[in-house]
Amino acid sequence: MTGYASLVPSLSAEPPAPAGLGPALRRLGGGAGRRLRASAVTPWLLPAALLAVWSAASASGALPDHVLPAPWAIATAARDKIVDGSLAADIAVSFRRAVSGFLLGGGIAFALGLANGLSKISERLTDTTVQMVRNIPNLSLIPLVILWFGIGEEAKLFLTALGVFFPVYINTFHGVRTVDAQLLEMGRSYGMSRFDLFRRIVLPGALPSIFVGLRYALGIMWLTLIVAETIAASSGIGHMAMEAREFLRVDVVVLAILIYAALGKLADVTVRLLERLTLAWHPAFADPRGSK
Amino acid sequence: MTTVVNPRDFDALFVDHDSRRRAARGVGVRVTGLEKSFGDLAVLTGIDLDIRPGQFVAIVGRSGCGKSTLLRILSGLDRQTSGSLDIGSGVGDVVPRLMFQEPRLLPWARVIDNVAVGLGHDRGAIDGRARVETALAAVGLADKARAWPATLSGGQKQRVALARALVSRPRFLALDEPLGALDALTRIEMQALLERMWQAQGFTAVLVTHDVHEALTLADRVVMIEDGRIALDVPVELPRPRRRGSADLARLEAEILKHLVREEVPQPDYVI
Repeated sequence: MTGYASLVPSLSAEPPAPAGLGPALRRLGGGAGRRLRASAVTPWLLPAALLAVWSAASASGALPDHVLPAPWAIATAARDKIVDGSLAADIAVSFRRAVSGFLLGGGIAFALGLANGLSKISERLTDTTVQMVRNIPNLSLIPLVILWFGIGEEAKLFLTALGVFFPVYINTFHGVRTVDAQLLEMGRSYGMSRFDLFRRIVLPGALPSIFVGLRYALGIMWLTLIVAETIAASSGIGHMAMEAREFLRVDVVVLAILIYAALGKLADVTVRLLERLTLAWHPAFADPRGSK
Repeated sequence: MTTVVNPRDFDALFVDHDSRRRAARGVGVRVTGLEKSFGDLAVLTGIDLDIRPGQFVAIVGRSGCGKSTLLRILSGLDRQTSGSLDIGSGVGDVVPRLMFQEPRLLPWARVIDNVAVGLGHDRGAIDGRARVETALAAVGLADKARAWPATLSGGQKQRVALARALVSRPRFLALDEPLGALDALTRIEMQALLERMWQAQGFTAVLVTHDVHEALTLADRVVMIEDGRIALDVPVELPRPRRRGSADLARLEAEILKHLVREEVPQPDYVI
């Protein structure tokens, strides 16, 4: 629990100081350092460099095809899969599983986190049980889940929802519990109703912590889904990769991994955008280009 | 730091033009035999205090003497163990307003929305927005209406908190060392602001402070609490605004400090 908690930026936090490298770069290159920090291209320099090294290694023959095919071989595999429509279908299936599992598990977790944060009775009733179940690695349930659901959609939904549940629950609960008691007292002294206190003080106060839970949950969501799809599925990207393994199509396996990376990045970008929108007041999330 | 509006504009902004209503704004507060204990620990042991409508009373005392506890009871945040407290006519029609030691602004609400919290049940009132803007202008922060609290200085935050308290048109305002954490210059500015607000609005004010000088600058009457009861009750009949460093002020300050500081400082028997 404290592991998650330490990730919540403190409310009193000063705006983040420039990274340690900043001053050094400024001394070195003056304008160049500033451009490097400000440019939108900067985050993509490293992936581009990796791609260049990979291409060079493949072209020179240093990297054999059966270990890692060349980038263009993977592009060709992607094109074939796009042309016959199977890639779009597999992505759609995986994406739908991810979203439905996330909404189901995250929704229940959010509601329970709020309930337990707000009500002592609810916490006494359920928290111990939740903490016990939390310590079971959710992937260890796969054999049981296959016995229950076979390789149907329910199996993936169940595993993903379960994986997403705990980070959302713990961080929502923690966020509600650590809301500033002084602000609550202020709200009460100004005659706010219980609903007003919740809407105007508890929920906004818990939001930074809830977002930490969301980001953890997204990571676990992909992890669980990949494993579930490679073991027990007849469609989806995980299944695509397992099928390719049987036919020794290394290019398709790598393609599947790259697609997971892209989907993960997409999820992360979405949460960052949400944070930017809802936490504009927070010095650690404030848009540096926005007005003061 | 933005400067406070100049006095003439200021009065135009915030004066209640109906002087009779202004005079009737403040309410009397009567405390009889009030006691408060936390478990076995008796904090207040029999407080009797009669505050007339519109009076500015300062409560001083050493740390832990119970002055903040008294203020929390006066403002309705805590209940007394025994004794009685009557505010106004005593039928509960007056909601006491408390200004805290910390600004306690909602970090996720803009300055103007923080002030609007003070409207309470009047949030939907037609003139609500106008009242909020007037209060903000009165504390000299009209240009910060859209700012986030995190971008304000300590003094500015406390002025927003003052605007929030005033927008509710309090008839009784309790102040729990609201200037304690401010630097000396901001403090003097805030004292002047507080005095003008009190004169313009005519509410009854009770200020808890560590600072005897601050108490004497602002109050009509200084009450000292010691060992859970009132040990000293001094009227301050000096013209306002009171000049810092005036001889009368210094004499009163020395008198109160003599009671407050128990340990007698040994007189040096040599002269440098």
